Amino acid sequence: MKILVPFKRVPDPATTIRILPDGSGIATDNVKWVINPFDEIAIEEALRIKERLKTGEVVLMTIGQSNWQEQLRTGLAMGADRAKLIVTDKPLDTLTIARVIAKVVAEEQPRLVILGKQAIDDDSNQVGQMLAEILGWPQATFASKLEIEGDRCTVVREVDGGLETVAFPLPAVVTTDLRLNEPRYASLPGIMKARKKELKEIPIESLGLDLTPKLRVKELKAPPKRQAGRKVGSVQELVKLLHEEAKLI
Amino acid sequence: MGDVLVFAEHQHEHFPKSTLVAINAGLEMARKRGAQCLVAVLGENVESLAQQAAKYGAAKVIALEHPALKNYLADAHAQALANLVKSIGAEYVMATATARGKDLMPRLAARLDAPMASDIITINDDGTVIRPMYAGNGMALVEMDGPVKVITVRATAFDAAPEASSPSPVEKQPATLDQASLKMEFVNFNEIKSDRPQLTEAHIVVSGGRGLKSGENFKTVLEPLVDAVGAAMGASRAAVDAGFVPNDLQVGQTGKVVAPDLYIAVGISGAIQHLAGMKDSKVIVAINKDEEAPIFSVADYGLVADLFKAVPEMAEEVRKLKQS
Repeated sequence: MKILVPFKRVPDPATTIRILPDGSGIATDNVKWVINPFDEIAIEEALRIKERLKTGEVVLMTIGQSNWQEQLRTGLAMGADRAKLIVTDKPLDTLTIARVIAKVVAEEQPRLVILGKQAIDDDSNQVGQMLAEILGWPQATFASKLEIEGDRCTVVREVDGGLETVAFPLPAVVTTDLRLNEPRYASLPGIMKARKKELKEIPIESLGLDLTPKLRVKELKAPPKRQAGRKVGSVQELVKLLHEEAKLI
Repeated sequence: MGDVLVFAEHQHEHFPKSTLVAINAGLEMARKRGAQCLVAVLGENVESLAQQAAKYGAAKVIALEHPALKNYLADAHAQALANLVKSIGAEYVMATATARGKDLMPRLAARLDAPMASDIITINDDGTVIRPMYAGNGMALVEMDGPVKVITVRATAFDAAPEASSPSPVEKQPATLDQASLKMEFVNFNEIKSDRPQLTEAHIVVSGGRGLKSGENFKTVLEPLVDAVGAAMGASRAAVDAGFVPNDLQVGQTGKVVAPDLYIAVGISGAIQHLAGMKDSKVIVAINKDEEAPIFSVADYGLVADLFKAVPEMAEEVRKLKQS
């Protein structure tokens, strides 16, 4: 089974984010770039499905500048078979990103697309759902368990108040939640092999899409800072303050 | 100016507070844009439920019915709602960023060829919105083009709609669906039952982190305090990752966003991604043995202590206080 995993490159979650004074974005000097953590879970899940079924292909893709190759190589080192980089330096909105992925889907014809539920930079949580609608495919967001039997896919989803199970025929789009798996690290032989794997760059213009965003971030500001309060010396003092000063207990 | 349509999520024949938040945000958008706010209740048989939604001042509540809408499924709901949006010519479609809102609204946006702003916290008079990015480290001013715009609102950023003086008219409509195109099937919902308040609705939240060391300690150490103060229980991502508690309890960028009157963080270091989910709480208490832990930089009251001693002691103090 062929599985497509689209991912986004984001600042390492441990990076301290600094907003530029002119409100145009974040400072990118000293930022370590990584595969979006939820997308890493998606890569891992795709690899596990391939290993379980003992057949198939895992294709990675991302949309960005040429130097995003580094993160694609990381994914290839984890075990993915080949990769596509849709090259652009333009800011795209989520709907356009979903359309670009849909173009790759049309060409690759995967049976399953797995991606993270949200990118930890813009926190939109939209692309998987949009892609499923554009393709007219079923969707299962926030997956914590995924089973495939023949052409039928069953997914346990993390929803408010519990776990929901949905089922559908493939092809489909699945977005990952935290507990789906723990991604592997790339092994040294994996890293060596990754250098020789196919990584194709495709200029975004060749896809023939209108890239004009319908959603624009006009300004990015730092939020108001919360002031630290005081340290208390004992549990008794804490409970007394919560009772008498904050009047919450 | 086109109208505002609010998707009214319901569970167990009931609207959670988050739905009333969506209605209130929809009313605010309608006021600011000089438009009407309509509410859509989707399901198989939802007229009486729609009557409940009619208490909050919307211009109209639409009970959109179809057997295929019995259980929530993204494909059928997106299609039915999109057809309704088109038929009434709504300009803004809004819902709260709950698990369901997050699942449904982007699919709806794609179907309507509309831009979408997720998890907004402010509606400006000109229709632009503000939403957090980078785990709340940036506040983005967002502008959207096109005849339809889709929005989810952050539940903690708006109040629940108060009851209005007179009920809204309720209109029952059959949903238009191309059933041949629907491929999803609802299998089951495994509800996590709890007698405690809902995490996103509670006045007090007590959360545990990796410092608790085990799921067992959540039960024996943290839960007595949770119940002594009458709180909902939450957890950090680290505690969820470690398998101590289910993901449903996760507070943070990738879990739930809460803003209770009192948030007590126990054994939580205070990673950026956790702060994103709780830093708008009115009063924050941190109990941690590491006095350098970042959680203290946002805490109103910080106690540097071994939680395994301090938490049972605190539960006992609170019980004594409540008895006196």
